[in-house]
Amino acid sequence: MLEFFFLFMIIVAGTGGELCVSRAMKVVGEVHDFRPAALARFVLRAMRVGWMWIGISLMTLAFFSLLAMLSIENVSFVVPVTALSYAAGAIGAMLFLHERISRQRWLGVLVVCVGVTLVWLSRR
Amino acid sequence: MEDSPSLHLKTYILILFMVLFAPLGNVLLSKGMKEVGSANNWELGDLLHILFSVLSSGYIWMGITCLLAFFVAYMLVLTWADYSYVQPASSFSYAVVATLSYFLLGETVPPLRWAGILVICVGVFIVGHTHPRTTEKA
Repeated sequence: MLEFFFLFMIIVAGTGGELCVSRAMKVVGEVHDFRPAALARFVLRAMRVGWMWIGISLMTLAFFSLLAMLSIENVSFVVPVTALSYAAGAIGAMLFLHERISRQRWLGVLVVCVGVTLVWLSRR
Repeated sequence: MEDSPSLHLKTYILILFMVLFAPLGNVLLSKGMKEVGSANNWELGDLLHILFSVLSSGYIWMGITCLLAFFVAYMLVLTWADYSYVQPASSFSYAVVATLSYFLLGETVPPLRWAGILVICVGVFIVGHTHPRTTEKA
């Protein structure tokens, strides 16, 4: 039961964190200048966006959930199963960022879900 | 993406770094967490003890270092290579993590899990071959 909770946290908090960071990045704007000083200014600008901090908090939560999951399950099981985040990412991007998801991307997500099911069934 | 032999070489090297460092980081985290162990009763004292063990584990810090190296390689390669090129290539990391867990941690990887990992790689490959921008540019 605990495995389900940690897996849920890895996928939902991890994907939620990435979506928040993505939203923050869209607020900050596209990077054109890759010189170190410009990148440092970019990071400072990103740190002033609230979504960035929510994203970092959620990703930290996902990281500690990953550690907890790795303490009870094999890494060859845990890492492939976290590929479910592709499905969570597509759904979250559609609902939260209002992105259009193509049929091909949904097909890819479906294939990932089939693969995750096979990995889950391999669990003893 | 500009087409030149040196750019191709640079891209392949960084993708190789990504495909090795992310799985190696996860395998090291797994090794560290197997040593630390899981919580018995999930009480605050127990959790704090585990947190201390996690933060003082060499394997965990090596794992975090590898994941940071992966992240830097990922960010660098994305500055010139297309996301739709990088993401499918990095899908091999699912197979690499299973291979490393077999050789470094002695984990048993059943055939069904290999099959699942192969299907996941195909799925990620399909996702990666979709257009990276799904919204209209403002």
